[in-house]
Amino acid sequence: MTTMLVNRVTNIDFLKQGRKAAVKKVVQGLLTPVIGIAVFLILWSFTAQTIDTSLGKFPGPAAVWEQFDGLYTEHTEERAKEAAFYQRQEKRNEKRLAEDPTYIPKTRAYTGKETFVDQIGTSLMTVMSGFLLAAFVAIPLGIAIGLSETLNKAANPIIQVFKPVSPLAWLPLVTMVISAVYATPDPVIPKSFLVSVVTVTLCCLWPMVINTSVGVASLDNDLKNVSRVLRLPTMTHIKKIVLPASVPMIFTGMRLSLGIAWMVLIAAEMLSQNPGLGKFVWDEFQNGSSESLSRIMAAIVVIGLIGFLLDRMMLQIQRYASWDKTSDIR
Amino acid sequence: MHTLLEISHVDMVFPAPQGDFTALKDVDLKINKGEFVSLIGHSGCGKSTVLNVVAGLYQATTGGVILNGKEVTEPGPERAVVFQNHSLLPWLTSYQNVELAVNQVFGHKKSKAETKDWIEYNLELVHMDHAMHKRPDEISGGMKQRVGIARALAMEPDILLMDEPFGALDALTRAHMQDSLMEIHNELNNTVIMITHDVDEAVLLSDRIVMMTNGPAATIGEIIDVTLDHPRNRLALAKNQEYNDLRSEVLRFLYEKQRKVETIKTTSTKTGSKKTIDSKRVA
Repeated sequence: MTTMLVNRVTNIDFLKQGRKAAVKKVVQGLLTPVIGIAVFLILWSFTAQTIDTSLGKFPGPAAVWEQFDGLYTEHTEERAKEAAFYQRQEKRNEKRLAEDPTYIPKTRAYTGKETFVDQIGTSLMTVMSGFLLAAFVAIPLGIAIGLSETLNKAANPIIQVFKPVSPLAWLPLVTMVISAVYATPDPVIPKSFLVSVVTVTLCCLWPMVINTSVGVASLDNDLKNVSRVLRLPTMTHIKKIVLPASVPMIFTGMRLSLGIAWMVLIAAEMLSQNPGLGKFVWDEFQNGSSESLSRIMAAIVVIGLIGFLLDRMMLQIQRYASWDKTSDIR
Repeated sequence: MHTLLEISHVDMVFPAPQGDFTALKDVDLKINKGEFVSLIGHSGCGKSTVLNVVAGLYQATTGGVILNGKEVTEPGPERAVVFQNHSLLPWLTSYQNVELAVNQVFGHKKSKAETKDWIEYNLELVHMDHAMHKRPDEISGGMKQRVGIARALAMEPDILLMDEPFGALDALTRAHMQDSLMEIHNELNNTVIMITHDVDEAVLLSDRIVMMTNGPAATIGEIIDVTLDHPRNRLALAKNQEYNDLRSEVLRFLYEKQRKVETIKTTSTKTGSKKTIDSKRVA
């Protein structure tokens, strides 16, 4: 009797604990972040009211929210203008062609101002191009350095010296070199884009080279011996053993790089007036209208969200590419 | 029976900052085709070094290894190694692990269908055909080692080198593995060198037991011929007089003649080099 009673008591306890655990999960997974965001928004709006600048009050959450709407409307209006421009141009050309069949129609590109949405697109395009370019150089280089102790000793001092240099310091040199080398009158790729891409590449390079080479160099000795016993040719050895083994480290380097690249790119665009979100921020600052601050704040929120999404994207690719599904990648 | 492999006066000296360390001194051994030889000795005595020299993973300082009349200078698939910790590629399935070896060793000599049959045959041999398409992290330790053996067998080696293949397994799994290995040896009659520290395993499986003295400068102490009939059955042998005599002979060698006294140092680093282990030869 007594034991049964005890059992029942413990069963109820277990049920209670189970419910507690479920509640705890919901609280931690959903409620806590929501509370965190709410507290932040409240603090933000209160602090914002107390800061007065020459361009008016510091923008609070509501002002920024309005700007999102405004920026998007601006974008759709600009697009409508562009469409109208091309329509007019086409009509004009048709008309002239009807009057004079020998006329060769001229098409001019629309040269309206770039909207916020356009700048997002440009920045994303730039960061991805620079990042991929860096990956193409850094991963093979990292593998070579990881495989060869000699090469590691030779390259290490150079990598260690250049790694801590802010890519922004390279910006003037990159600008001058690209202007000199890429001197075509009608460039397919705009020079400003190329400058930004090379700057991004320069900052992506080092973390990727270092992580890849460490990943390759720390290959398990037993697996190396397997490869030696099988007499795998170098390329097969790299493809079948080295690369899969160092995928986790390579991706760690890639995620680090992409994070840094996104930060650096915004700064580079501000500094060099190359198109992109950085230029948007700088233009708004120079513009100095009553709406400028809230527009900059909106840009900051978007920059943060994109950075976050880029990292999530890399995480998903890493999860997909990694053979070790049991490891906790985050 | 002709000599397949000759380990000829091998010395192995490792350079160390505190002075050279002589691991092996004058190791000399001939192995016949089809023979199953066990190397037994206390840990740290240089058994693995001997195996690595035969595998070609280490180069002997003096002396050398001759296989089929040719000197061994580098590792190769004709001397397949079964590593202690299986060493399967964790991103490949059992089938793919064996496939990598088969493709490398036979290349275009086998057609696609032949390759597939050969991989499956070897996995069946070690009773792993049911988990062919599982990855190493999805199978147990014993199963991983089975796949490791299948990979080695699939290379069709002249000699199979096994470095404490069952050392990391529990006793029951180990017994299963030994039975499997005996079954394979009876079927294929391969030449095997196996390192072990398990006396029963050595007597049960081997044709000859090579017992090594303690290091440094370890060498072959005694060799015992095991003339028990094949196939052997562990239950029947438990009461067999000859088996028990052989067993006690090995035990006597290990625990009387080559008794290893290790003074436990409390201050020095645990993971120090072989030199910090203060071992005395009582022989």
